[in-house]
Amino acid sequence: MKKSIFLGTLAVAGLAAGLASAQTLADVQARGSLKCGSNEGLAGFAFPDANGNMQGFDVALCRAIAAATLGDAQAVEFVPLTSQTRFTALAAGEVDVLVRNSTWTFTRDNDLGLDFVGVNYYDGQGFMVRKDLGVSSARELDGATVCIQTGTTTELNLADFFRVNAISYEPVPVATNAEGQQQYLAGACDVYTTDISGLAATRATFENAGDHVILPEVVSKEPLGPVVRHGDNAWGDIVRWTLFALLAAEEHEITSANVREIASAATDNPEINRMLGTEGELGQKLGLSSDWIVNVISSVGNYGEIFEAYIGENTPVGLARGLNAQWTNGGLMYAMPFN
Amino acid sequence: MADMTGTPRDTFRLSQLLYDARYRSMTIQVIAAMLLMLSLAWLVDNTVQNLAALGKDFSFRFLWTTAGYDINQQIIPFSSQDTHARAALVGILNTLLVAFMGCILATVIGVLAGVLRLSKNFVVAGIMTFYVEAMRNTPLLIWILIVFAVMTEATPQPRDFREGGGASMILWDSVAISNRGVFVPKPLWGEGSGLVVAVFLLSIAAIFILRRVARKRQEQTGEQLPVFRLSLALFFIPALLAFFVMGQPITLEMPELGGFNFVGGIQIRNSLIALWLALSLYTSAFIAEIVRSGILAVSRGQTEAAFALGMQPNRTMQLVILPQALRVIIPPLISQFLNLTKNSSLALAVGYMDVRSTLGGITINQTGREIEGILLLGTFYLIVSLIISSAMNYYNSSVKLKER
Amino acid sequence: MSNQSTVAFVRREILPPAPPPPGQAGVVKWMRENLFSSVTNTLLTILSIYLIWSVLSAIMPWTLNGIWAAGSLSECREIRDARGLESAACWAVINERWLQLLFGFYPTDDRLLSSLFYADQLAAAGGLEAVFGAGSNATDRIAFVNAMKAELSNLTIFFFGYWRPLVAVLLLVVAVAPILYASLPRGMLLFSLAYPFIGVFLFWGGSVWGPVMVALGIVASLYIGRFVAAGYGMLGGGLAAVAAFIIIFLNPLPFIDHGGLFPLLPHVKGLAASVIPLGLPAIPSDQFGGFMLAIIIGTSGIVLSLPIGILLALGRQSNMPFIRWVCVTFIEVIRGVPLIVWLFVASTLLKYFLPPGSSFDALLRVIILVTLFASAYIAEVVRGGLAALPKGQYEAADSLGLDYWKSMQLIVLPQALKISIPGIVNTFIGLFKDTTLVVFVGLRDPLGLTNAIRATSEWNGIYWELYIFVALLFFTFCFFMSRYSMYLERKLQTDRR
Repeated sequence: MKKSIFLGTLAVAGLAAGLASAQTLADVQARGSLKCGSNEGLAGFAFPDANGNMQGFDVALCRAIAAATLGDAQAVEFVPLTSQTRFTALAAGEVDVLVRNSTWTFTRDNDLGLDFVGVNYYDGQGFMVRKDLGVSSARELDGATVCIQTGTTTELNLADFFRVNAISYEPVPVATNAEGQQQYLAGACDVYTTDISGLAATRATFENAGDHVILPEVVSKEPLGPVVRHGDNAWGDIVRWTLFALLAAEEHEITSANVREIASAATDNPEINRMLGTEGELGQKLGLSSDWIVNVISSVGNYGEIFEAYIGENTPVGLARGLNAQWTNGGLMYAMPFN
Repeated sequence: MADMTGTPRDTFRLSQLLYDARYRSMTIQVIAAMLLMLSLAWLVDNTVQNLAALGKDFSFRFLWTTAGYDINQQIIPFSSQDTHARAALVGILNTLLVAFMGCILATVIGVLAGVLRLSKNFVVAGIMTFYVEAMRNTPLLIWILIVFAVMTEATPQPRDFREGGGASMILWDSVAISNRGVFVPKPLWGEGSGLVVAVFLLSIAAIFILRRVARKRQEQTGEQLPVFRLSLALFFIPALLAFFVMGQPITLEMPELGGFNFVGGIQIRNSLIALWLALSLYTSAFIAEIVRSGILAVSRGQTEAAFALGMQPNRTMQLVILPQALRVIIPPLISQFLNLTKNSSLALAVGYMDVRSTLGGITINQTGREIEGILLLGTFYLIVSLIISSAMNYYNSSVKLKER
Repeated sequence: MSNQSTVAFVRREILPPAPPPPGQAGVVKWMRENLFSSVTNTLLTILSIYLIWSVLSAIMPWTLNGIWAAGSLSECREIRDARGLESAACWAVINERWLQLLFGFYPTDDRLLSSLFYADQLAAAGGLEAVFGAGSNATDRIAFVNAMKAELSNLTIFFFGYWRPLVAVLLLVVAVAPILYASLPRGMLLFSLAYPFIGVFLFWGGSVWGPVMVALGIVASLYIGRFVAAGYGMLGGGLAAVAAFIIIFLNPLPFIDHGGLFPLLPHVKGLAASVIPLGLPAIPSDQFGGFMLAIIIGTSGIVLSLPIGILLALGRQSNMPFIRWVCVTFIEVIRGVPLIVWLFVASTLLKYFLPPGSSFDALLRVIILVTLFASAYIAEVVRGGLAALPKGQYEAADSLGLDYWKSMQLIVLPQALKISIPGIVNTFIGLFKDTTLVVFVGLRDPLGLTNAIRATSEWNGIYWELYIFVALLFFTFCFFMSRYSMYLERKLQTDRR
């Protein structure tokens, strides 16, 4: 990087490090930091604090991957990507992993040369309206003006929903969530539609959040998850199992507070022992240290902790676990066994 | 050019290609052409390889597949079941619409501001200077965002037009200014309205003929006809007569409050208005400077000479200064129009569905056809700008001073 | 004598000038002549004053009642309600985030900050190397830095934490001054030539030997070119310089399956860096942001596009039809398509055109496309300058027997470029304003940062204050540049008279 900045300018002819496909882990470790494609700003999921440090639900997954691979959750460079540039940037190798509330779809998984490796948030597209409109179902929205973010899957879902239900609407495209919020609050649109998590995050910041309701209809499945380049399966495994480690830790009630203590000696649960490296050598099979999960959990916490810290019910975003609860609690979050 | 005598024609040496002025430029051009070809081939080859690596191909078939998204601002009908090509066309028309409206408004404001900036009135000139400097020295994107935010925040929302909402429609309940746009009455063309329109068009043609006749007459006899009053009468009376004779075929559909929004009438959306205003205000500042310097470029002696001939100040402006100033003003003015058209691609910021947002935005995003999409987009803008600049070249050559 | 007595009165001293009648002097006269000379003028004056009053009365209370100390928008609203104000700006967001708007996420020099202002705690934490050294834990480091920054004022951080971009911008002003003001000593131009390397070193950091070696490499190729030109003419010299450049910087030999010493530069650089390791911490370009980004993109775009633009302008005037055709096509294509489309080319298409596997970071791609974009506009400006030269200058150069490059270099370009400077400055202002468009390709320009700031729960829903701050930043910069360009235009007019 250091020298190619300079030479790169001069060498349009393409003097730059070749990207062999199967060595992302080696690259990350050689660089000493993880390049994580992130949102430019989405409340609860990725946002900068006053010192410029990124925070958020998606950001925490990036930090978890950094903790797993480098043992240091802060060794992450966040590359802001727009919804239009995110996949090209990943495919071009500008980032190692993309955690930017991206929906897992067939086309994206197969056409774009990318691999979705898991789901860190099960979302769905919903609608938010003012309470005093007296609307209780999206089917009553005939003739409504709908604010919608361009460049996402929501446009297609919206058009389909209204066409299938044979009701008319007027789309008002907006470029960013902030703009959509402004338009909606000013009354320039009756309805704001995006992923329900986004709606909740947006509503949370209103002066009078109670004046707005999110309608019960969920018009699409939006499984959001981390994405890696197709072809580097070893790296995909690392990201996938980091995510599973976060989930399994919550299942086994391993938290950032007690992980060191649990890892200090073997317990009577063999899966916990394998995860925390007190038994077997799972970490080495991924090319990581044996205490990789200890690093992950001690620095970012388990899935439940992350959820509660950034988007849970006690935060301004105020999301319920819902589909994102553990499978033991009726949710969809299900870590594959660490055997 | 040097001494050519005695140069035998048959002894051509290879070194002449480089050292002989007759051949050298040819050599250089051939080498340049070869280098250009090579580098183009290199680019194309890279592209082919990269596309193959990603498993993509190069094809415009995506244009004929279903778009799947809706567009709010449409000059021709469009639904989500139409093709991407039609979506692109809708976008092109929207671009041309805002560019056209922008050019007109920018010229009007710009000329006004440019002339007022020359005013002796210290307050007026000061305001105009402030306006021009503020507009010119701040990025257009910020202006678009600011105007859009003003439009959304400062105008009432449709629900305020209900009983007790505090907002009301203007012009006898025919026009509603809301933060979703301006709603104006929509003409409904009944039976016989064609005749009214035809009469109206004919009377406009008659006005032009009248002006020509009047000018000829003045040149021959020195007599002046009351052209302005006659034109005004021609403009209104025949069309109104036809309108009432045919039994008022054209009616207006008034916008009314419906369930969520106004229904009926024509909605001029906020995104269009904001983009239009911001583009016009920004460009008008540049036009004001062009107009000002154009007027200043006409030498003072011209005015004095006209006064010496006994001309009135307004006739002087009309017959002496403006024709000369226009020669200076028009070429940069047209390139400002070109800039405005290109800048309309910032529509993205306010969600106006121009060609950048439809073809270059949603379509590319959904089909993953970046190369094809951006190629088409670039071609469109290129064609528009070539048309505008050839119009400028035509004008330039027609007003060029014939010097000898 | 007797005559004298018949005269009743002779004034012996000059009368003091009488004051003009009321209404013909001072403020009243001035107002009558300028503001109320006719009915229309009076109307205009009244209308303008009303306009000023209504705008100011709408904006001023909001601005002046602004709240400067608050931690979040809701706190601002509480303070506003507590003071019983109807509307008040929440300037607190600027107060808290202005460093971010200026520099984006560009890292501060935490070593310097902590050793200057936080020495006790640094010592307690185990000294500089324990906190910031190679083996240190980033999590602890960030906790340490956050605690330190919470104590330091933003101004301290501005001056000491961001000294690298600050020094770089100051030196930029020094480097540009001799170009803009002809009265400064010509020796300063040498510094202007060296500045690009100094600037890159300060902004990006890394080993000092990188920029030094590149500069040496360029100088070497130029000297080789000049040496060859002495024997084989300008064209041969140019080709030799390009060939030397390629051998020094690129590695052309792998194309023909031959390794070896090439490229020279990294080898020499590695050697120098191992002997004398000098440098600043390297900062990758995706951490660049804010107003600094606009300055970097704008300046490097213009500087890099100048040579290309001049060549294009010369090509457009060339009497070789093919060259002319290529230049015209290039200029028209670039100018015909909006910058935003070119930026999308940079962010999505450029990687298709380059050999598989090569990659640039986003900032570099944007700079490349912005350079190409600006060069077309510069070409038109320079063409204007070339066209403005009297034909006699060209003919005089020809009659002296100068060849094409010599006549351009010695006679035509010096004059033409001088005329073109105002146009170049105007192009720069335009380009500088257009850098805001990079927000659409995901770079963190000031407008993009306003979005990021709004994404935090504290500042969600704040617009005007941020927009106004960004607008004022750009306005100040562009306004003074445009004043300068006007001054220059006037000066050139008098010069040529």
